[in-house]
Amino acid sequence: MAVLRLGTSGRTDVANRLLRDRRLPIVVTALLLIALYLWGAYRYSFDGQVAPNLLINNAYLIVAAVGATFVILTGGIDLSVGSLVGFSTVLLSLLVTKYHWPLWLAGLIVLIVGTTGGALMGGMVHYFRVQPFIATLTGLFLFRGLSLMLTKDSVQVSDKTVASIAQFHIPLPGGAFLSVGAALSLVVVAAAAVILHGTRFGRRVYALGGSEQSSLLMGLPVARTKIAVYAISGFCSALAGLVFILYIQSGNPRAAIGMELDAIAAVVIGGTLLTGGVGYVVGSLIGVLLIGLIKTLISAEGTLNSWWIKIATGALLLVFILLQRIVSGRKLKQ
Amino acid sequence: MSATKSTGEARAGGWAALGRRPLFWPLAILAALLLFNLPFTPDFFDVSVKEGHLVGSLINIPFFATPVLLIALGMTPVIATGGIDLSVGAVMAISGAVACRIISRAPDQNSILLVLGAIGLALLAAMAAGLFNGVMVGRLGVQPIIATLILLVAGRGVAQLITDGFILTELSKPYGVIGGYALGIPTGVFLIAAFAAGLVFLTRRTALGLLIESVGGNAEAARLAGVRAQRIKILVYVLCGLMAGVAGLWNSSSLGGADANNAGLWIELDAILAVVIGGTSLTGGRFSIGGTVVGALILQTLKTTIFTIGIPAQANMVFEAVVVILICLLQSAEFRARISGAFHRRGGGRTPPLVEAEPPVVPTQTVEAAPWPS
Repeated sequence: MAVLRLGTSGRTDVANRLLRDRRLPIVVTALLLIALYLWGAYRYSFDGQVAPNLLINNAYLIVAAVGATFVILTGGIDLSVGSLVGFSTVLLSLLVTKYHWPLWLAGLIVLIVGTTGGALMGGMVHYFRVQPFIATLTGLFLFRGLSLMLTKDSVQVSDKTVASIAQFHIPLPGGAFLSVGAALSLVVVAAAAVILHGTRFGRRVYALGGSEQSSLLMGLPVARTKIAVYAISGFCSALAGLVFILYIQSGNPRAAIGMELDAIAAVVIGGTLLTGGVGYVVGSLIGVLLIGLIKTLISAEGTLNSWWIKIATGALLLVFILLQRIVSGRKLKQ
Repeated sequence: MSATKSTGEARAGGWAALGRRPLFWPLAILAALLLFNLPFTPDFFDVSVKEGHLVGSLINIPFFATPVLLIALGMTPVIATGGIDLSVGAVMAISGAVACRIISRAPDQNSILLVLGAIGLALLAAMAAGLFNGVMVGRLGVQPIIATLILLVAGRGVAQLITDGFILTELSKPYGVIGGYALGIPTGVFLIAAFAAGLVFLTRRTALGLLIESVGGNAEAARLAGVRAQRIKILVYVLCGLMAGVAGLWNSSSLGGADANNAGLWIELDAILAVVIGGTSLTGGRFSIGGTVVGALILQTLKTTIFTIGIPAQANMVFEAVVVILICLLQSAEFRARISGAFHRRGGGRTPPLVEAEPPVVPTQTVEAAPWPS
């Protein structure tokens, strides 16, 4: 609060322009993330692998959060993320282990199913004006239900290729390494950034989030764009499921329960407004890393009870959101 | 909407007018679901007296719907202001934990004063949680999903802290009444009736409902028109916390103990679904208390139906999802227009693209921000 008042009462051009810049929340979030990391590194003497591990352990969440960013930018929301991730792990492991399909074909099927599922929810939202929260909530129930119908227990993936991809290390300078999933998640973030800022489709996503009515009046293909963002989110969830398989090497109908809330939290912490039209996909990456860092810090402390972990996570989230609010000001309307 | 509706009205006259009443579709769906049970369970509508209690499906449905219904009632004003509360499940766990902790430690668990004190403290804790949410959203302007996500994560931890991670059991008779029976009828039914009537009175007989809808329609415009939007927002979250607290008391009382891990887990999704099925828009600006009650009953009837017609356990969720999708589509005016359009135009070419014929979404909602009869 105090910082904000100083900034506006100064009324210099530079300060004003800086405060009005829509990238400010991301810069602030990134700086806070770095500060938190440095504090943790100082307190728990982190080694060089901690930062890459943040990417490795949260790769699937990054991929899912990218999809969620598209939907939230249009002013929608996707609650089916976690269920779709769980369903993808089950579908892939069943196709590969039980029906002995080739891995690439099974993976392709999973991606197609995810994309189609997302597109159907998008169709419900657009053509029948079912509210996004509800349309995707039915998706949450449906995909979780389908996974439980396919198998009640976890299914191990027998394919050797999966194991070798999962164990492959991409070397980084300083003896650290990245996993394939982590590298893939960075590629997804980069691709999403290019799509959102370098293509006509990306412009339409922002326009739709700014005002659906104006987009319609301007003659933008609202139907196609809206269905496409849900399809992209479905695709990203399915891809996140594949990355998750690399991480746990089995399909579990109870995998990733409640993950959609982590994804949405990451997107919003990254500065994207739930009302749509404002935000960057890089922010979502930072948001995921922040949530991951909070978990890392708490496990580094090591002495906490399971309930203290929950309370500490909530408290850190609170402190972070308040800091973000104070530093970047409150001019952005809800 | 106007174009398709007026032609529909000319064709079907009184039926179309009926179909436009806000409570018609939820009630029709509820009636259809109840009747659907009859062929499978011929004595579905029978109510008998066993050991001084009324028993039967018609009693069981509101009984099991109690926690979702209480929370959905509290959630309705929150959603009407354009907000959402994801923390209700965790708040439920906190309130149950507080009450059971106090009662289970007392020398005489059957003391009325002790039970009243425990209830009071539990509800205070729940309202404090609501106040936290309200201040975050109303005062600090944090987006509601994120503001309430904090307590969704931390609240369950707090509840576990209160119970020390154990399932606390209590044997108090007076406390057991909350989740049990009074005068042969489930106490939950009285609670629901009392809170629903109280909410209807508060929102339709005083200006509060109008203020809530004005904040949900456009918070900034409401503020400029002299509505204390911040206070209204804080108030609805405190109210929602209180209702979640009552649901937590009911839950722990009917179970005879507090389970901080599982009490109210994911109940927020059911409650939000109930509110929306009842006709309240998630974009805010209008709400229907009666609709919420019917919406929650629809969900519970669906669950009961799945159980009574013997759908295999692993297919439960899929069946539920499919029916909920159908219900959502039936509620959608666009979907009904398409269906009746295809019906009246049998063999007569394609249905016209609906999107172009639609008036813009945003203005419709602000126009409709008048109070709905509930």
